[in-house]
Amino acid sequence: MVYEVFRQERKGQPFQHAGSVTAPDEQFAEIYAREQYGRRQESVALWLVPREAVSEIDEFPDEFEMKYRRVDGYSIKARLHEARERAGTLDMAPGAADE
Amino acid sequence: MSDRTDLLLAVADDELILGWRNSEWTGIAPFLEEDVAFSSIAQNEIGHARALYELAATELDTTADALAFDRSPSEYRCAPLVQARLIHDWAGTIARHFLYETADAIRLDALKSSDDAELAGLAAKMDREEVYHRMHAEMWAERLRDEDRFRDALEAQWPSALGVLDGDLRPRLVERVRDLGFELNGADPIEREVSDEFEPLWEEMTSVRRSAPAGAQW
Repeated sequence: MVYEVFRQERKGQPFQHAGSVTAPDEQFAEIYAREQYGRRQESVALWLVPREAVSEIDEFPDEFEMKYRRVDGYSIKARLHEARERAGTLDMAPGAADE
Repeated sequence: MSDRTDLLLAVADDELILGWRNSEWTGIAPFLEEDVAFSSIAQNEIGHARALYELAATELDTTADALAFDRSPSEYRCAPLVQARLIHDWAGTIARHFLYETADAIRLDALKSSDDAELAGLAAKMDREEVYHRMHAEMWAERLRDEDRFRDALEAQWPSALGVLDGDLRPRLVERVRDLGFELNGADPIEREVSDEFEPLWEEMTSVRRSAPAGAQW
């Protein structure tokens, strides 16, 4: 059995994925997680989750490139570069001399 | 040597030598997670030995290192249980781990209620780590309960497990292992003495320190 281990570094902080332990059951997993992710006082708490309890989603179709949905919006830098290229003023862009 | 230093050295020697024996599994334990856990437990035992040697060292006007490494083999007080070389015998190693931790819990309990505040405090501190050693040991014992190799090893080591404790505490060990579901009794305890297996361990354990020029600082 593989258990995914999440650890909290300080009280109040979010748990973050630390790694995993392989163990025959939950009791062994707890001991192993404690030794691997807690013996140096690097965690105040650990979560153990059997790997099969984790649902994975790994497909995110974006057929129409609806960039307006993204929090980062449009990439201004790339657009500016294209515009400068069209205008033939690439060499006048800030930092162009360094390239 | 006072009774107090005698006691401190007996416990410290047990912890050092067991920690040393268990650390022989580092890199070759049955699986990786166990390797990390068992090595970590071994390091804890050596840490306990250091703290106990330091207490004794103050009284004997020496250092923890000198007590751990500069005595001759015949001066060590460790129980035969911890001296045995059990490498490649995982069932035997777990049997010893289980018997030792169970006996050690009884000994620590007695030390915690000692009138000696320093010793009682150290025992309480050690016990806070030993809780996890016992969890580990009991979990393995439960898992190997019906394995012949494990049960044979328990039988074989039982007389030397009794020898870890002073006579008056031994009945409590019989009781405690019975509570944990193992019927072990009726043996002649093997008392503390240096066994044949100790000398090669001592040779290796002290070799670096003995090879260093006098006055070397670590």
